[in-house]
Amino acid sequence: MAWTSRNISDRMAISNRTIVGLKVLVHAACLAPVAWLLWRMVENNLGPDPTATVTFFTGRGTLRLLVLSLAITPVRRLIPQLAWIIRFRRMLGLYAFFYGCLHLLTYVGLYAGFSVAAMIDDITRRRFIVAGLVSWLLMLPLALTSTTWSIRKLGKNWARLHRLAYLSAFAGLTHYWWGVKQGVLTPVPITIVFWMLMLARPLTSWWSKRRTVRAAS
Amino acid sequence: MLIRKSPEILYSEVTPKADYLDRRKFMKGAMATGLLASSVAGVSRLIDPGTEVFADTKLSTVKSPLSTTGEDLTSYQDITHYNNFYEFGTDKGDPARNAGSLKTRPWVVSIEGLVNKPQKIDIDSLMKLHPLEERVYRFRCVEAWSMVIPWVGYSLSELIKQVDPKPEAKYVQFLSLADPSQMPQMRESSISWPYSEGLRMDEAMHPLTLLTFGLYGETLPNQDGAPVRIIVPWKYGFKSAKSIVKIKFVAKQPETTWNDLASNEYGFYSNVNPNVDHPRWSQKTERRIGASLFKQRRTTLMFNGYGDQVASLYNGMDLKKYF
Repeated sequence: MAWTSRNISDRMAISNRTIVGLKVLVHAACLAPVAWLLWRMVENNLGPDPTATVTFFTGRGTLRLLVLSLAITPVRRLIPQLAWIIRFRRMLGLYAFFYGCLHLLTYVGLYAGFSVAAMIDDITRRRFIVAGLVSWLLMLPLALTSTTWSIRKLGKNWARLHRLAYLSAFAGLTHYWWGVKQGVLTPVPITIVFWMLMLARPLTSWWSKRRTVRAAS
Repeated sequence: MLIRKSPEILYSEVTPKADYLDRRKFMKGAMATGLLASSVAGVSRLIDPGTEVFADTKLSTVKSPLSTTGEDLTSYQDITHYNNFYEFGTDKGDPARNAGSLKTRPWVVSIEGLVNKPQKIDIDSLMKLHPLEERVYRFRCVEAWSMVIPWVGYSLSELIKQVDPKPEAKYVQFLSLADPSQMPQMRESSISWPYSEGLRMDEAMHPLTLLTFGLYGETLPNQDGAPVRIIVPWKYGFKSAKSIVKIKFVAKQPETTWNDLASNEYGFYSNVNPNVDHPRWSQKTERRIGASLFKQRRTTLMFNGYGDQVASLYNGMDLKKYF
């Protein structure tokens, strides 16, 4: 599929060099917050409740990256000039998974204290833990099949499988809502963005179809 | 973050505010500005530009034998910058940012309901009703974090005796200020105001239940519930209503804010109890505020460690049912 991306970038007059440069920037943007968090940890400067700081930092990071990766397709359909941003989707998805792993590790280490019994107890009794776990488990096969080889091997099924990203984000948002207290509305903005993207999917596909039909006639 | 052991003498006697804030930051601030401010309030603002404290007035207090000893105090910075006070926003940092708009003078507390001497008491008279004591208490939030705080106040029972409740008064209800002009963030949450909390009469009369006017030897900062709040150290923090304007004596268990919102999560009693989990998390352990990342976890104590004094209030009660 390598030819596809070259094709797109040629058409959109985005040089591969620019893409590489932008990729470096995206890597930096995704890794810098983690480096900053680690620095604060070393400096013992994670705020009054360090455990909560790390929990929310990694959890929100996961959701933001996941939703950002879901925004790629609708944005491409709306603005064909930006079609090349497809080349950043895998990266964003993998970083979402990376943040998700950090978030899971925070739970396993700092909440469950690495106790399997405590984790089983949580899973059997707490739906917000289950929702979080489901979100992570749904990301797992996506991360495992993110290689170019898998994309080629799975063909059409790859796209089908990777629609799980929507379910994963939905489970993640549910986890967020079930985790905060009643009356707390901090999950509202990310939830709105998510549902706008869900709505955008059928709308943008209709839009791009219409454009294709017009161009043909 | 500086945490010190509870000393033998009172904070109000010896400790200028600068000392219980971070010394290093203080030095930095002093050097950076090339100033050594003379007033305590001025110094505290130098120390950390992020410090927002809306209280300065020193209180003279006596030490109380009811104080918890042997535990490190939570820093003044954390006590005043990690707050749940939803009238000023739902983020822990919101009250420190927003509570400056609260006007704590004039302030009148209305005592009403089933009492022989209903009255409206001005805050300054209320503070003089009984000598102020410094009481160091553990503070355990239902969200599984905890602090150790040197409060200033006197037993609520002193006030209750003065207003002479009628025999049919079985509960005491506390109502907080609900003024959108002073608390614009009230509208950001879906809670119906005013904030309401309540205690059974024997709980309210218990000597540990503190009518609280200050902390660390000074009047309460706005974000901590100025000018007067209740502190019930063996219950989860939300039972301890802030910025109280009305104390009502009633015959029936009053409606209380969190219990109304989610009765399966927040019981009316809400005694600290490691054996009854919150539906969404365990209450067996807690995170001590101000400790470092890997040292935060500690075991939660039954009745927050005040069982010797209060367990008898609940003799014969199923605390799993009446959580």
